[in-house]
Amino acid sequence: MSDVTATRHPGLNLNHTDRETHDRAESVMFGFWVFMMSDLVLFAVLFATYAAQSVHGIAGGPAPAEIFELKSTLWQTLVLLTSSFTMGLAALALKYRDDRRRLVLWLLVTAALGGTFLYLEGADWLRMARDHGAVPQVSGFLSIFYALTGTHFLHVSAAMVWIGVMLVQIGRFGLKPEVKLRVMRLAILWHLLDVVWIGIFTFVFLFGVVQ
Amino acid sequence: MTPFGLLDWSDLVFAGFLRDPSVNEAVASAAGAFAVLGAVAALVVLTVKGWWRPLWSGWLTSLDHKRIGIMYVVLGLVMFARAIAEASVMRAQQMAALGEPGFLSAEHFGQLFTTHGTIMIFFVAMPLLTGIINFVMPLQIGARDVTFPLVNAVSLALTAAGAALLMVSLVVGRFSTGGWSGYPPFTGAAFSPGEGVDYWIWAVTLSSLGSTLTGMNFAVTIYKERCPGMHLFRMPLFTWTALCTSILMIFAMAPLTVATLMLALDRYAGFHFFTAGSGGDMMNYANLFWLFGHPEVYILILPAFGVWSEVFSTFSGKTLYGYTSLVIATMCIAVLSFTVWLHHFFTMGQAASINAVFGVATMLIGVPTGVKVYDWLLTMVRGRIRFRVPLILGCYFLATFVIGGLTGVLLANPTVDYGTHNSLFLVAHFHNMLIPGLLFGMFAAIHFWFPKAFGFRLHEGLGVLSAFLWMGGFLCAFMPLYALGLMGGMRRMAQLPEGPFGPLLAVALLGALMIAAGFAVFVLQLWWSVRHRDRLAVPHGDPWDGRTLEWALPAPPPEWNFAVLPEVDRRDPFDAAKLAGIAYALPDRYEDIEMPANSAVAPALGAAAFAVAFGLVWHIWWLVAFGLAAALAAIVARSFVTETTRTIPAAHVRQVTEGWRSIARVATPCPRRAEATGANRGRARPQQ
Repeated sequence: MSDVTATRHPGLNLNHTDRETHDRAESVMFGFWVFMMSDLVLFAVLFATYAAQSVHGIAGGPAPAEIFELKSTLWQTLVLLTSSFTMGLAALALKYRDDRRRLVLWLLVTAALGGTFLYLEGADWLRMARDHGAVPQVSGFLSIFYALTGTHFLHVSAAMVWIGVMLVQIGRFGLKPEVKLRVMRLAILWHLLDVVWIGIFTFVFLFGVVQ
Repeated sequence: MTPFGLLDWSDLVFAGFLRDPSVNEAVASAAGAFAVLGAVAALVVLTVKGWWRPLWSGWLTSLDHKRIGIMYVVLGLVMFARAIAEASVMRAQQMAALGEPGFLSAEHFGQLFTTHGTIMIFFVAMPLLTGIINFVMPLQIGARDVTFPLVNAVSLALTAAGAALLMVSLVVGRFSTGGWSGYPPFTGAAFSPGEGVDYWIWAVTLSSLGSTLTGMNFAVTIYKERCPGMHLFRMPLFTWTALCTSILMIFAMAPLTVATLMLALDRYAGFHFFTAGSGGDMMNYANLFWLFGHPEVYILILPAFGVWSEVFSTFSGKTLYGYTSLVIATMCIAVLSFTVWLHHFFTMGQAASINAVFGVATMLIGVPTGVKVYDWLLTMVRGRIRFRVPLILGCYFLATFVIGGLTGVLLANPTVDYGTHNSLFLVAHFHNMLIPGLLFGMFAAIHFWFPKAFGFRLHEGLGVLSAFLWMGGFLCAFMPLYALGLMGGMRRMAQLPEGPFGPLLAVALLGALMIAAGFAVFVLQLWWSVRHRDRLAVPHGDPWDGRTLEWALPAPPPEWNFAVLPEVDRRDPFDAAKLAGIAYALPDRYEDIEMPANSAVAPALGAAAFAVAFGLVWHIWWLVAFGLAAALAAIVARSFVTETTRTIPAAHVRQVTEGWRSIARVATPCPRRAEATGANRGRARPQQ
């Protein structure tokens, strides 16, 4: 449905390097942005619940400042931010280079960083549970803490599966328009999860320690 | 624990009757038997008639927006039959329970009002409006399909899985008694153990996931797939309301999903979101639920407003009065709908100043709605009015909807609400909005677009009869509830006090039965019209002298909708083309058309979702794992399918188009006075 004039969409555009894919991008990319918007509503609701229950839902259990350890969280943040950078490099490889190896390489690095993030976060949860008995069944605050960080964790895990599928598809189909568009949407999701994490780092961990 | 989790033979509804052969259990068993017999009868008919293959390849795996729309409407109508039956049983119980226990237990009555509400909102209203938007909107904007046809089919499959879960709950186990809004802590594990609330949680969750996807799909379609020249302010008003509803779905369904999943975590894993104690916050549930629930009210009513706009304009033979103001009013309502959720719980302990803010916001919604009512009235002024079934319902809607709106403004006053909260006055108010507004709107839409979908009109006389039964039935069923509510009658009571309530309750029961009779006549009308479809045929596609693009197509439209994508330069383009004598012109050239190929992914996902939900309800963990794995496998496998479209050759498009247009062009145009007769073959004589 393309007109003569190239319409642009938010995010990475392929109009200068791959016109065919770009012409098919507009509605799918727009649709994915809308999907992300709905996902953000979900996170917003979780944040709002956290704002309430982290204050009045402690119920004699451990308070945020007692269980959070900024060192681990800072590492998680740095790893995830770096993975966003490498995902950006993957997107640039997709746009400007026809060489699949570079794209695959950056996707692998991103996945490795994503895996590291998941590992660090999981280890952090285990530490809280072990050292402080901080499991979600203890209080309203811990319920929403695990639900919020857990929802983010599940999103990153799903995005990791998506990276795996894309690696197979790049190998099998090469850089067909469909594959390119999927990688572009994957990148949007990945960056968005980074943005959400910054929210979590700030409002959950930094605020929590300050209190 | 057995491989079937908590499931046991004694969970069958019939076992309950064997244990305790009371009227209460007999009613439950009869309902279960009815569900089983209905399912068996459907299977037998499909097998005997050899319809399995056409059902599978023509419908279940189809990605055609028109067929998906029709399936949504069928789903809504089937569930409507159950919800009406439940309403009648509830009123009968209240009638029988004046001063004595009646024939239903309070717990059974609780299940009835819970399923009635849940079904009417999630499995009648939502499927009906989603189905009608699905069918009509792409035609109105000159598109060949929605942007994401497979997502569309998946939305339907998820909704159908939720509905199936509700039907299964009639036979296996019990349903929730927590009302359609499912407030904790009552619905928490401490006060409602067992499978009932879990059934409710997963049925609603599946439906809300389906609606989220639907909203995104429709919004993207309207933004991106409009034909050349179809500026936003040239879109038919129905499409505008579809857009606003879609935006509301995108933003409002997520809070519901979060709320139901949190409740599930409380119940399954011992979390403390909404528990009493341990830092649980029950008010958070009320906020989350109504953060969804109030926009939901407008998700429901806006498409109906769109239908009414088309109906008043078409059956008055006039362009819509105040188009721009209607668009702005629709947008205002959509925005304001997010600012009023707190009026659902004025009595739950906020500061008076907060109540006041939300009360004022609520009253404000009356303003754009009032604008709409005046626009519709002025559309009819000096029109050449034809009282077909949709317009009969429409006039009734105008009168009764205003009454409902006024009682809404009353309820919006927190001080008044303290007296009327949770009373039958409230029940009367929201039925007053939803039955004449939404439900009659949907039935008007069915009468209006049925000929477009199937190529023949519905029998006019039977339609008028069912409309009058509904209209009378609504008045009898719900006007008395205003009085009963002010007399102190509370909602959701299996038993009301003796005394002055009796006569009004009797009228309400009569009304419920009239509505049920109206639905029976509607089914009869469908049956009669199918049997005599030759007499009612309107193959030329324009039975009502329509104004928008969908009427320029044959009835039923071909799979690809438009042989050549139309170009429009104004509102009501088809009406203008007819007046200018250039309708039914043949295109200069034809092209190959790419359409989405059938896919079994949607039914597979629906089945997997049902398996997951059923497994969760009964703690059958292997079934949950299997369903999740199957769903993931289906999605990944689909991403490896390379042939997702099929091409329809230009020659075939040409043959079909010219075959129809050559007949339509020479057909005798039907004057409007013969609209309801056999002379109406779908070619309209333009009215100057």
